[in-house]
Amino acid sequence: MADAEIIPIGTGGRPGRGSGSSRPSRASRTLAGGAAPAARQAPEPEPAPEIEVEHEVEHEVADDARPAATTEDRAPGPGITAAEWLSAFQTGATEVFGAEWEPQLARFLAFLRRRLTGEYAVDEYGFDQEVAEKLLLASLRPIAEKWFRIETRGVENLPAEGGALVVSNHSGTVPLDGLMTMFTVHEQTGRFLRPLGADLVFRLPVISSLARKGGATLACSEDAERMLSGGELVGVWPEGFKGIGKPFTERYKLQRFGRGGFVAAALRTGVPIVPLSVVGAEEIYPLVGNVPSLARLLGVPYVPITPLFPWLGPLGLVPLPSKWLLEFGEPIRTDEYDDGAADDPMLVFNVTDQVRETIQQSLYSLLVERSSVWR
Amino acid sequence: MSADSTGSRVVLVTGVSRDLGRRFARRLAAEPGVARVVGVDAVPPRDDIGDVSFVRADIRNPVIAKVLAKEDVDTVVHMSVIATPGSAGGRGTMKELNVIGTMQLLAACQKSASVRHMVVKSTSTVYGASSRDPAMFTEAMGPRREPSSGYAKDVAEIEGYVRGFARRRPDVRVTTLRLANVLGPHVTSPISSYFRLPVIPTVLGFDPRLQFVHETDLMRVLTHAVHSDVAGTFNVAGDGVMLLSQAVRRLRRPTVPLVSPAVGVVASVLKSARMADFSPEQLGFLTFGRGIDTTRMRIELGFEPTYTTEETFADFASTTGRSTTPLERVVDGLASSLPDPDTAGAVRG
Repeated sequence: MADAEIIPIGTGGRPGRGSGSSRPSRASRTLAGGAAPAARQAPEPEPAPEIEVEHEVEHEVADDARPAATTEDRAPGPGITAAEWLSAFQTGATEVFGAEWEPQLARFLAFLRRRLTGEYAVDEYGFDQEVAEKLLLASLRPIAEKWFRIETRGVENLPAEGGALVVSNHSGTVPLDGLMTMFTVHEQTGRFLRPLGADLVFRLPVISSLARKGGATLACSEDAERMLSGGELVGVWPEGFKGIGKPFTERYKLQRFGRGGFVAAALRTGVPIVPLSVVGAEEIYPLVGNVPSLARLLGVPYVPITPLFPWLGPLGLVPLPSKWLLEFGEPIRTDEYDDGAADDPMLVFNVTDQVRETIQQSLYSLLVERSSVWR
Repeated sequence: MSADSTGSRVVLVTGVSRDLGRRFARRLAAEPGVARVVGVDAVPPRDDIGDVSFVRADIRNPVIAKVLAKEDVDTVVHMSVIATPGSAGGRGTMKELNVIGTMQLLAACQKSASVRHMVVKSTSTVYGASSRDPAMFTEAMGPRREPSSGYAKDVAEIEGYVRGFARRRPDVRVTTLRLANVLGPHVTSPISSYFRLPVIPTVLGFDPRLQFVHETDLMRVLTHAVHSDVAGTFNVAGDGVMLLSQAVRRLRRPTVPLVSPAVGVVASVLKSARMADFSPEQLGFLTFGRGIDTTRMRIELGFEPTYTTEETFADFASTTGRSTTPLERVVDGLASSLPDPDTAGAVRG
């Protein structure tokens, strides 16, 4: 304790760290000279013009063709001038939007305005292209490209225009495969895949409105035929909950393909059926158990138990980073059948089996090709 | 019909005490080819009915048969199907008016030798609203779940009786129009009072698809159906669909998303406060929405609405006294200091 009081004396007349009192010692005041109090404020205004000059140079380089933004009409702020705010803002804008930030920002504001005032259009299924493209699909990009590293084959089998029915296997406990297929199709062809969803999807709050905005509609023959004859690219997962909620031990074994309703819809509208095999989705949430009684209570088809869920809580919701392969098979034509083909159950069953076999075979060959689940 | 060209049509319009019925009757009386319009209702209309001769008769009792015979009516336009019990006094009275009234009217028409045409204003509510609905209902489809009560059930029963009448009197042309929600500056209906609320309650997590018909299109399609020779059932709606979220944004109104049981509670409070008249089927509609296909209206009935769904709503919204929101002004202010993205992009190529 006694030592602490000795320390300031040890400065030997130099301006020390202070004795704890607010005033510097007399000795240090004499040493610093009369200019000392002013010097404490002087350095602050000096760097500001320096920064401003730097940004103005940057700004001029960035938009030589545009008139520079005016700053005169803005009232100066209490501490920092409007010009400083503006230059900081411009630097930020250039950082975020690149050199073309002004039109970019204007475009973004126009988008914001449309969303705020509701001046956008949806189609009769409630599909909101802007939301689907700019928010839903854009947010899937990192998951698809970085997490699952999706590799796509046979994209040329998707028609560039006109109706077609993409039929895929379904797996993974949570229908991420549907979202990833939507993303991949849009990424590769620029077309929107319109998924057909179970009625549970449209009964759930939030999910139902997102599904409709993302382009989905109910999986019923009326909607399927309406979309296909409207020239849309429609996606269907005929295994339904049997496929997505099957135990991990049964992975890559196709379940029953519904009642062949999707084939009847394709036959009626004469559109090609494009088989799609998805490898990798089975491993994202390995379903090792189910709680049927809780599922019945909640009115859902199954309550999954995976090696991570519910044991790790929210962390268990993170899908395992398996490597995905998507292979679009050769289209199966349906326009060569007679008009009444859709009402011939035998034919419908045969085509259904043909589609199912095609997907199953290509699943097996993709699995043989795959060296590891994770790479 | 040869009577059409000679201008000797005598039209009986039911439900003229209400605004849309009264205005339609007036409009029809001014039409060429229509000699006389007889308006019928249990209570006299509050406003001027012009050239329409009003007969105070309750369609629930057989007096209506005498009116048909005395006036030598050849066309009946049935518009007195009410959606909410509010104006009638109670659910019991509403059902009496809707169902028993229609039965009496149809019974009288069946006896009448002069009746040749029948136009029934029905509603798309007959299709119900559920999670299992197809995106667009065509006339051939029915509700996924039969309505157990309320307006939807009334309308389903009324349409059933009308079909029975059409079967028993094949010489009478029967046209049923299933209209989407009618909206316009003058319309007072459950949906218009809903959109006039200062804060709009919505069902949390659901964004229903809506379709509207403009009130002038309602008048036009009814007039068209009176003059037309086409029998059958037709969906009538403006082009396109809107989402409820879009509609409230265009109104610049705040919303309160509530879980669906809570919306029911709020609805009954609003009802007792006489601010809005909610019906149970409206709650389903505001959860799941509905779309109706109007291909037959165009091709078979040959009717083209002048207003699309969006235009109808815009016309309605212009009467609700909306103002720009602060956030919108901020966005506008920022956008005005920036170059136009389209022209800037074009210059840059």
